[in-house]
Amino acid sequence: MNFNFKHEWIETNIGLLLVLTMLAISVGGLVEIAPLFFIDKTVEKTPGVDVRPYTPLEQRGRDIYTREGCYLCHSQMIRPFRDEKLRYGHYSLAAESQYDHPFQWGSKRTGPDLARVGGKYSNEWHVQHLNNPRSVVPVSVMPSYPWLATTPLDTSDLEQRMKALRAVGVPYSLTQAEFDINVKRFGLQTASMLHIPDAQKNLIEQANLGNYDGNKAGVSELDALIAYLQVLGTMVDFSKVDEDALIHSR
Amino acid sequence: MAVTTYASAEQYNFDVVKKFSLMALVWAVIGMFVGVYIASELAWPLLNFDSPYISFGRFRPVHTTTVIFGFGGSALFATSYYIVQRTCQTRLISDGIASFTFWGWQAVILLADVSYMLGYTQAREYAEMEWPIDILIEVIWVSYLILFVGTIMRRKQPHIYVANWFYLAFILATALLHTFNNLAVPVGLFSMKSYSLFSGTQDAMTQWWYGHNAVGFFLTAAFLGMMYYFVPKQAGRPIYSYRLSIVHFWALGFMYMWVGAHHLHWTALPDWTSTLAATFSILLLMPSWGGMINGIMTLSGAWDKLRTDPVMAFLIVALSFYGMSTFEGPMMSLKEVNALSHYTDWTIGHVHSGALGWVAMITFGSLYHMIPKLWDTKLYSTRLVNVHFWLATLGILLYITAMWISGITQGLMWRAYDRFGNLRYSFVDSVAAVHPFYVMRAIGGVFFLAGVLLMVYNVAMTILQVRREEAELEARLAAKIAQTGAQPS
Repeated sequence: MNFNFKHEWIETNIGLLLVLTMLAISVGGLVEIAPLFFIDKTVEKTPGVDVRPYTPLEQRGRDIYTREGCYLCHSQMIRPFRDEKLRYGHYSLAAESQYDHPFQWGSKRTGPDLARVGGKYSNEWHVQHLNNPRSVVPVSVMPSYPWLATTPLDTSDLEQRMKALRAVGVPYSLTQAEFDINVKRFGLQTASMLHIPDAQKNLIEQANLGNYDGNKAGVSELDALIAYLQVLGTMVDFSKVDEDALIHSR
Repeated sequence: MAVTTYASAEQYNFDVVKKFSLMALVWAVIGMFVGVYIASELAWPLLNFDSPYISFGRFRPVHTTTVIFGFGGSALFATSYYIVQRTCQTRLISDGIASFTFWGWQAVILLADVSYMLGYTQAREYAEMEWPIDILIEVIWVSYLILFVGTIMRRKQPHIYVANWFYLAFILATALLHTFNNLAVPVGLFSMKSYSLFSGTQDAMTQWWYGHNAVGFFLTAAFLGMMYYFVPKQAGRPIYSYRLSIVHFWALGFMYMWVGAHHLHWTALPDWTSTLAATFSILLLMPSWGGMINGIMTLSGAWDKLRTDPVMAFLIVALSFYGMSTFEGPMMSLKEVNALSHYTDWTIGHVHSGALGWVAMITFGSLYHMIPKLWDTKLYSTRLVNVHFWLATLGILLYITAMWISGITQGLMWRAYDRFGNLRYSFVDSVAAVHPFYVMRAIGGVFFLAGVLLMVYNVAMTILQVRREEAELEARLAAKIAQTGAQPS
């Protein structure tokens, strides 16, 4: 072959250098990311009822979770190890974070994993702990969050927030047709909570019913955050899960 | 002296290089101070003062953004503008665009820091800036690319010097990563809040593809560009191997983009993805060490400079830390090691051996070389550079040793069982156990910060000395004119 490649060609031609560099750096991402959107097994099917999106109150709680940067010290991703199962519960499934925009798997456990913290502690414990962590866990290094109890939850842009989430793929319903699909998928009670036109009403109802912050007057940011923490990891009924099928799908 | 400054001010745009260099130091002081502060918050939580604005979760992104993008970013703008002009022997094609990238970038850092403290965040590590700031970054970045490539196109040399390849790869990759990782739908046109386009697994993969390549291209490739210019310059010798620089450039650029998923071992990400990432992580050791060897061996035959020239010491120790952390990284990407190290302080230590040992040290060395050239003078004190070098080195060693111990302690305590097969320790036991090492880490940070403050003093005195010299020269000239009675016509 007479083709005699010289690296000099690239070094003396900025256009060629630019194009080839762009090619070299594009391959890895394409191969590893693009298939995740097309391979069905990436997010496994859960038995029984589908994992549901967050209610308006839980989603607002999630917004506060991200605002305060909780993900910098708490993971939400339990790994399939014996010690993690004993400490935190069943390993996390992809399905469980399918409505998480953004994901909050985290990368550091300065504090414990929270993927299944829902239902582990009482609301009263969370109120105490968030107001002053060292009042319940003396050696804790977590900051106190006293402002959450005293700040009323801002719900002025609640519908816009849910519409934005709907735009990125969360099945909140806006029309009757979408509502009907949700009824079939999640049942009437859940579907009603996911209906955007009723969001304000639903949020206040859930907060009053749950009385998460122990203060009946108004809805605080603490109400929302605890509502979110209490639902974490509770959406899949693992008694109905076929473990072998799950392992096979991984 | 004044004459050369005048000539090079005509030939090159050094004004923007000077501004970026000084801002790199300003952001270094702020970012590292916040770093020491949040490290102390973890040791003594009282320091959160129950204030939302400085509580750890909001303050930590201020630290990472200020050091990576404020300090590191400004240093990269400064050195890339300096190197591209010197090696192409031409002026930046537009002073206007150069100035725009300067003011724009400073605005980005300021807006990002303030917005985090107010609670606006995308909650994606190292990409916490909300969407309006992301758009501003995008505009600045495209301007940067145009300016950089445009300047190369006007070069007076047929060859494009190797340092510029690395800077080009860094600019392109950062544009790619920034664009795709920040795809989001804003809540409203006048709302700072947005929700990411992707969710769960796909979002995690996109974020760590970004996250690790922010390390690979922003914090590695670009700083290798710095290395390829300043190490040969300071050593007064040509680069060790031209062939090695070609091989490791293409290998590094190609392989880095595959490794992000090693941050997601044992998670709900499909195994094939993280296994592929681990494979490439191990392969990546070769180009990484290729770069390190090429840098260190450049000094071959002039090793004595390590004893006599503290600037050289900065550069070579930076490369040594680069070699160490690019060995540690592939090791931590092995699934078995990762099972222990992930979620612990070991990761934090690993990042800092790269960030302090490699990125910051090579930057200090480069700035110590470049600043006297920019102001056309000599450094105020080489002895202070030496003191800075030792403070920085000791600080890093304290920091990473503390994090190794606390990280491995955490990893072992979390998986320890008693003789009945129950977990031996509760989580808080591990929190209590690592307290002394959190204190030690904060002290390491203080050492490192003290070194930076010395550098700021040294640089300030260097620039003031230039002012004084100029004033003296003018005074002498005026006196001479007055003496001879000559008219300056």
